[in-house]
Amino acid sequence: MMIAAEGLTKKYGSVTAVDDLSFDVLPGRVTGFLGPNGAGKTTTLRMVLGLDAPTAGRVTIGGRPYGAHRRPLFEVGALIDAQAFHGGRSAAQHLLALAHSNGIPRRRVHEVLEQVGLGDVAGRRAGGFSLGMRQRLGIAAALLGDPPVLILDEPVNGLDPEGIVWIRTLLKSLAAEGRTVFVSSHLMSEMAQTADHLVVIGRGRLLADTSVEDFVGRTSRDEVRVVTPQATELAGLLTGQGAHVQAVDGQRLVVTGTDVSTVGRLAAAHRIVLLELAAQSASLEESFMELTRDSADHTADSGNVDGAAR
Amino acid sequence: MTTTEHLQRMAAPTGAITPGVLRAEWTKLTSLRSTRWLLLLTVLLALVVSAVVTSVYASQYDQDFAARHTIDPAYWSLTGLIFAQLAVAVLGVLTMSGEYGTGLISTTFTAVPQRRTVLVAKAVVVSAVTLVVGTVSSLGAFLLGQSVLSGKHIKADLDDPGVLRAVTGGGLYLAVLAVLALSLGALVRHSAGAIATVLGLLYVLPAIGAILPPSWQDTAVPYFPGNAGLAILHAVPMANAAAPWTGFAAFCAYAALAFTAALYVLPRRDALPK
Repeated sequence: MMIAAEGLTKKYGSVTAVDDLSFDVLPGRVTGFLGPNGAGKTTTLRMVLGLDAPTAGRVTIGGRPYGAHRRPLFEVGALIDAQAFHGGRSAAQHLLALAHSNGIPRRRVHEVLEQVGLGDVAGRRAGGFSLGMRQRLGIAAALLGDPPVLILDEPVNGLDPEGIVWIRTLLKSLAAEGRTVFVSSHLMSEMAQTADHLVVIGRGRLLADTSVEDFVGRTSRDEVRVVTPQATELAGLLTGQGAHVQAVDGQRLVVTGTDVSTVGRLAAAHRIVLLELAAQSASLEESFMELTRDSADHTADSGNVDGAAR
Repeated sequence: MTTTEHLQRMAAPTGAITPGVLRAEWTKLTSLRSTRWLLLLTVLLALVVSAVVTSVYASQYDQDFAARHTIDPAYWSLTGLIFAQLAVAVLGVLTMSGEYGTGLISTTFTAVPQRRTVLVAKAVVVSAVTLVVGTVSSLGAFLLGQSVLSGKHIKADLDDPGVLRAVTGGGLYLAVLAVLALSLGALVRHSAGAIATVLGLLYVLPAIGAILPPSWQDTAVPYFPGNAGLAILHAVPMANAAAPWTGFAAFCAYAALAFTAALYVLPRRDALPK
């Protein structure tokens, strides 16, 4: 079962939260839905689940709008808000009401509670749960109908390291079973460890729909870090060769548009002392920042050595 | 494509009321402590107030009192329902607004995208529960009140004219009130706001009605929601009040209007207010 969004748009008055978004989420892999906070991820997921109406465009799951599914918990499991339960009910009662609504047998309630590690607190009022336990309860609800499609909004929020590893393993195994797994996060590093594919948005617009490797390859800027007492001299030489140089401080430079051996040879040829020389690939986090950075942002130019050296 | 078309397509507005959806709403209603407290409060208010009011009237009763007041001992013993309705109204509102307050409504509508089905199921469950508890309260209040009057010639019996109607009417009134309150909870989507609206209809509007010009007193005022609904509690006909079943029918019409409005807007709005 595939999730397909076409031209999905959501406007609140004059504010466009989601802007002409089109993407497909395929089965058998974990698709990360990535974007900074406020990029429109939750709004998009709410539209996928038929909770909010698109201003334009459409989104289907298995070829049909969400609302056309008769007993949707058998088709789609969703965690949209870990707080979306009544604190006065026990975990088991909350899940039992959900199970009844879709004709899911009662035993599934206990199975999913065991699966997410809440078996011992099934009878406790959910209002007293920690954030991590709330996330687990939300995931239990998503798993209730054993659905082929899972849509989880920021599932690692509030989980402890053990919980994060648990959910990573869970998501991968669900995808390995051939399910469609669509997980949002604002943490690139988390998605790098979990996702096979990425849908990246910023300000409601699609920025990338690509595999994790391609995403890093496309957006990475290989940098060379240099530490030298003759920073100004080296910066001048590198700039003369067409490289782009940024001064970190009086001794440290970050150079792009060249490579380590070129910098090393250039320094040796001009008898410049190098205290440190290292190649550094942009991390996923940096790739993400690079991609989502506002094009009107000029802060990167402020520390430029070219100007200072003149 | 127009926005309306998108809204209509987004959620399937209608669907069959399945036993599963009813069981889900039953589970939700009965698994909350607040439900038990509010239902207990309904019974207690009905009994205690009825006993007190009936005792006061009984102690003041003499020829002079009889000349100045309508003597309706069945109604005296049902006055507790005027207070008990407060608890029922809160229960009705919370059944819907509680889901908005916690965000649970998102989970509910992902499980059952046929939003009208959810509202209808809630109405069935909450009105059934209040019908049972309301009828028990009404009958209990009547029996307790009449036991205060035992030995006095004014004591009412269930087979006196209008008495059985008044007693069963108490339960019916509370059941319909629960649907009215539920609908306002769905329309307002905010517990405090919806409770204030119901209280305004039940208590403030009649108070405003009482200070309106006399010409209104026997035309419009008896058909204000609270006044119209409570007319059914009178075993003895009252001046300036709607006839019992006419008043009750008017009250049902208000509830039906609110319920229809809620059914109309529910699939047309985003699940949560932005």
